[in-house]
Amino acid sequence: MGRLPRWADVILTPLISVLLAFAISALVILAIGESPVEALKVMVEGALGSSYGWGFTLYYATNFIFTGLAVMVAYHAGLFNIGGEGQAAMGGLGATLVILSLPWPHWALALPAAMIGAAGFGALWALIPAWLQARRGSHVVITTIMFNFIAAALLNYMLVNVLRPVGSMDPASANFPAATHLPKLSEMALAFGITWGKNTPANITLFIALAACVLVWLLIWRTRLGYEIRAFGKSEPAALYAGISPVRITVLAMLISGGLAGLMAVNNVMGEAERLVLNSVEGAGFIGIAVALMGRNHPFGILLSALLFGFLYQGGGELALWTTIPRELIVVIQALVILFTGALDNMVRRPLEWVFARSGKRD
Amino acid sequence: MSLMKSLLAGAALTLMPLAAFADPALIFDLGGKFDKSFNEAAYQGAERWKAETGGSYKELEMQSEAMREQALRRLAETGANPIVMTGFAFGEVLDKVAPDYPDTKFVIIDTSVDKPNVQSVEFSEEQGSYLAGVLAAEASKSGTVGFVGGMDIPLIHKFECGYAQGFKATKPDGKLIINYTGTTPAAWNDPVKGGELVKAQVSQGADVIYAAAGATGIGVLQAAADAKILSIGVDSNQNHLHPGQVLTSMVKGVDNSVYEAFKAGADVKPGHKLMDLASGGVSVAMDDNNKPLITPEMADSVAKAETGIKDGAIKVHDYMTDNTCPVK
Repeated sequence: MGRLPRWADVILTPLISVLLAFAISALVILAIGESPVEALKVMVEGALGSSYGWGFTLYYATNFIFTGLAVMVAYHAGLFNIGGEGQAAMGGLGATLVILSLPWPHWALALPAAMIGAAGFGALWALIPAWLQARRGSHVVITTIMFNFIAAALLNYMLVNVLRPVGSMDPASANFPAATHLPKLSEMALAFGITWGKNTPANITLFIALAACVLVWLLIWRTRLGYEIRAFGKSEPAALYAGISPVRITVLAMLISGGLAGLMAVNNVMGEAERLVLNSVEGAGFIGIAVALMGRNHPFGILLSALLFGFLYQGGGELALWTTIPRELIVVIQALVILFTGALDNMVRRPLEWVFARSGKRD
Repeated sequence: MSLMKSLLAGAALTLMPLAAFADPALIFDLGGKFDKSFNEAAYQGAERWKAETGGSYKELEMQSEAMREQALRRLAETGANPIVMTGFAFGEVLDKVAPDYPDTKFVIIDTSVDKPNVQSVEFSEEQGSYLAGVLAAEASKSGTVGFVGGMDIPLIHKFECGYAQGFKATKPDGKLIINYTGTTPAAWNDPVKGGELVKAQVSQGADVIYAAAGATGIGVLQAAADAKILSIGVDSNQNHLHPGQVLTSMVKGVDNSVYEAFKAGADVKPGHKLMDLASGGVSVAMDDNNKPLITPEMADSVAKAETGIKDGAIKVHDYMTDNTCPVK
């Protein structure tokens, strides 16, 4: 079996996997008595057909970029961080505490502080599983997923007993002051005289997410720490032999990972809801796993697959609104994408390698 | 005048193709559409409108707290008018969204939102619950009755307090056991825990239990029927769920509110609407299913309490005015 050309490895394999997942989803839609063509039309129309749809697609994509990058950084260190959900929830708590505790005069000042709060809380939430993994050998998959539940319970407690304003019945924090509201992409477009995506939640955080993609790329492939992370991820004994401390790398990689997941809160808590509500993460932490797998753990791939999942998420919402196809079907499609890109990767890869090997010989 | 009006309306219809899309819409909050209680009452109202007018409406069921704003905006964006939403939890979100869609009318049930295009419908649950308390006191043989609330919020304390007042007014030395299912919206949809709370209350001697807990109440009524004690349903008429074992139901006219909002269409009157006993907004359900349970004396006491509340002789304290209850 020859090796695949790089473009086939990075683009063709995931693309075929996604197409296979879509094909099976189409069969499922047929089986419940709906038209897959209609469904696809509704999804494309609803997610990409208008600037309104794009506004939501980009908003969701921003969430998924952060959680995808979080999974990626841990993955390069050979760690599987399933705790993005809890880390993002704690990030929301961190951002909320920062924003509500000081009278911020302007969003430009509140934003960096909220980012530090969000990333800090997210990183701290990843620290304990990381330490347990590094020092005690407790598997990070188990501990991070358990920490998701602890985060949900802690958030419950904080919203019901501490952050809920007096007189309010809804377990949610107070609304953030108007000065801390982030500029929406629609407002920025309007400043240039363009009417785009009115009333959509996509906001300036998108650019932070794009910057994070570049920074993570620099970190993993252009720094000493990134090299150590990758070396450790490839082979722990070899890394140890090279003088790389497993404890240090495990903890650092998980801190960065948790921080990235926590940063998502800047988008959904500060940028969209403008207050902290229950379940604000809405599964984005788990979708990050799919995004990272599909993006082949490369920031550029993650950007593309986050866009795809943003489309799936927004299109799925439209499906629920306009057709009798339940929103849950989107979960089925997401699951199929994960199945094909993650678990059944070789099913697509092997035949492709074979095809390329054959055509290579002919040349 | 009316000819003029219909002519104008006709002209408006032909001029604005958009009007054809102006279906009303209904959003159910967490707890599920078929909770046999609060949300289902709203659904029944919408279905009644559909059956009578042959119109169609859009509906959305909330799956998570964070989706509320998107859902509301999406519906408003599609041109749905009016948009009715059930549940106090939409208050904050509607407060933010309503000004962005000044031409859309919104109706919110169970809380008030002060916006020029919003109709807020609130019910005097304490009055209906008072009557339920009177019935519970007369039906109880042990002298101990129970209350199972859903989410621990002032709104449900309002039910509890009305119930306690009716109970104590009839049976001053009676004992009332109070439990809440939880502190988050998940408490509206936890029938298993509801059933457990019933078992705990039964072991303390309760033989009539009032559930004000959305879909959690299904579990309360079931566990009460299993334990061969009486229960009291809420929001919808739930007497039929366990015929002969549900003493009565404290019915909130959520269905009527939805029906009337849909019927009024885009002409829904903004402002506050208080639905109390006198206006038929709340009542205790009497039908064939609970007929054998209601003795003539009980019917008499309820009728007396009803007239008393209506003419002001009996003042039922509303918990939410000062977050306290005069009886414990």
